Amino acid sequence: MSSSLPNATPSKAVAVDAAHLSAITSHIDNNEQKPGPLLPILHDIQNDIGYIPDAAISEISKRLNLSRAEVHGVVSFYHHFSTKPRGRHIVEVCCAESCQALGGRDLQKHAKEKLGLDWYQTSKDGEITLEPVYCLGNCACSPAVRVGKQILGRVDNEDFDELIEELTTVPVTLMEGR
Amino acid sequence: MSAHNKVYIPRDSSSLSMGAEKVAVAFQLALQASDSNDTTIIRNGSRGLYWLEPMVEVDTPEGRVAYGPVKARDVESLIAQGMLEGKQDHPLSLGLTEEIPYLKKQQRLTFARAGIIDPVSLDDYLATDGYTGLKRAIELAPQAIVDEVKESGLRGRGGAAFPTGIKWQTVLGAEASQKYIVCNADEGDSGTFADRLQMEADPFGLIEGMTIAGLAVGATQGYIYLREEYPHAHEILDEAIAIAEQNNYLGDNVLGSGKAFYLEVRLGAKAYICGEETALLESLEGKRGMVRPKPPIPALEGLFGQPTVVNNVLSLSTVAIILAKGADFYKDFGMGRSLGTMPFQLAGNLKYAGLVEMAFGITLKELLYDFGGGSFNGKPLRSVQAGGPLGTYLPESQWDVKMDYEEMAALGAVLGHGGVVAFDDSVDMAEQARFSMEFCVVESCGKCTPCRIGSTRGVEVIDKIRAGEDREDNIELLEELCETMVDGSLCAMGGMTPFPVQSALKHFSEDFS
Repeated sequence: MSSSLPNATPSKAVAVDAAHLSAITSHIDNNEQKPGPLLPILHDIQNDIGYIPDAAISEISKRLNLSRAEVHGVVSFYHHFSTKPRGRHIVEVCCAESCQALGGRDLQKHAKEKLGLDWYQTSKDGEITLEPVYCLGNCACSPAVRVGKQILGRVDNEDFDELIEELTTVPVTLMEGR
Repeated sequence: MSAHNKVYIPRDSSSLSMGAEKVAVAFQLALQASDSNDTTIIRNGSRGLYWLEPMVEVDTPEGRVAYGPVKARDVESLIAQGMLEGKQDHPLSLGLTEEIPYLKKQQRLTFARAGIIDPVSLDDYLATDGYTGLKRAIELAPQAIVDEVKESGLRGRGGAAFPTGIKWQTVLGAEASQKYIVCNADEGDSGTFADRLQMEADPFGLIEGMTIAGLAVGATQGYIYLREEYPHAHEILDEAIAIAEQNNYLGDNVLGSGKAFYLEVRLGAKAYICGEETALLESLEGKRGMVRPKPPIPALEGLFGQPTVVNNVLSLSTVAIILAKGADFYKDFGMGRSLGTMPFQLAGNLKYAGLVEMAFGITLKELLYDFGGGSFNGKPLRSVQAGGPLGTYLPESQWDVKMDYEEMAALGAVLGHGGVVAFDDSVDMAEQARFSMEFCVVESCGKCTPCRIGSTRGVEVIDKIRAGEDREDNIELLEELCETMVDGSLCAMGGMTPFPVQSALKHFSEDFS
């Protein structure tokens, strides 16, 4: 039960863009009637596929009558959107002032060392992507860390290690092949 | 239907971040094991007393009593020592919630319901005077609604403090086939969490305020532009909007008034600049969050080029109170031109961090010590950043300042969205100054040069100063750079990034040697 367990999910890098196409199409279908549909479409695609594949940029530009450059410009503007596959878990460490006031800088450093990753890098086993975040609104319980929908407060180095241990421990009976 | 006992366990992000979900599960298991059917668990919002979270409450004939901070492992002993009967024998007992001094001293108007009700219970909302403001607004002419908001003196709580009623007047007066109400819920300032708490603890308050705004200016569509970093707020808002739709508080015919108002949450995607209203509108339209030059102002040409009210979460939520209780009630609080109450947010290195809603005019020192209890780690406090990452750092000599818009401005400081981040004496203010510039490098939209390039040069110059390279010359250069950014930037991002830097240089110059 350690972080050296093989990754249970197939590598996303091998998934061909074409395989994503039907998903991309349906997310466009679901949102294109909305005024200003681009961000909702991108969110849905990233939530589903984990990132914004190149095929999505082409498809969106065709369907919304935008240039590829315009769509790419939007995707690259926002820190949230990624154009390459990311880990199964996105671990976000708050880098803003309130967390700095309670040891946030040490925690950032520790997180990078513990995972051997810099910001926006993904562990080799595809488990974890480390990202900075500027404020989770948890400033009364600094320092804060987010994983998916879960937000953690008063996180020290040990808590962080425990979290990583939990995230990289795959329950044998519940092994899922997503 | 009403069960004998009610146990309240918060579900807002910060309480969850301190383990509230585990506590809720532990209670559920304990109650199942005890075979007791007369206890219901209510998932409320938080009261904002965050050092006590997860704070669990129980109803008693005398009022609600509290226990905290509760861990899952405390649940067994709490129940064994009579917590469900409201007994106060446990070491975690806090007595009557309303009598906790931190809460008792406050003047909760915008946050009157926070932590008291189940945020997604319409019944709870109605039972606590919810929707009385909207019902009154339906009886009023649009101009009368706008007059009431003007009369209250409410100024935008997002940070810019522009009078809300005047903004509404402009939109009301504009001719257009479609107008919009946009709620700025992109609360990006570090040290602030009031919008988040409001949305997670009392979402109907915001929905009601936006609906009133729609009736006032003749807008039928509202958007809540919510930051992606708030997943719990997103869930709760979506749930509350669906309930409001099912019960005709939103939709084609709001409460039979014959008027329509639709509401939708739109997610941001991690861009601090989208808290700036014109960048926010660009983002809502599906574009890069680039700042628009003003004029035209959004009130005349806003979302999709149509007249648009852009207001902060707290401003809109407060409108519901103003319409319910009247402008006179609201403006009785506060001082000078800062009327009503301000939800201050105590954050960073403070023992008792949390939400403090008080009339304008409380001093910073009172917030830091009477409420905040001094530093979290026992070291002396040295520096306080007020008003978010673009706000100045205040040294101890300035902590007697009264927290209102004008008094802060007189010091060259900003009240902003009401965030207060405290640092102890281990803080390196040159490092903090560097961070301000670095943050601007990361978050600048890139439209104007002083902000885009100035911030990068700022980081470099501060690095040179910290390395002891031509210190005097480089400090002078930094000061000039700050002036250029302040005077030459299009919006507050580049225009205010120098504020923390200049204040660090002025009040903490020893850290730059």
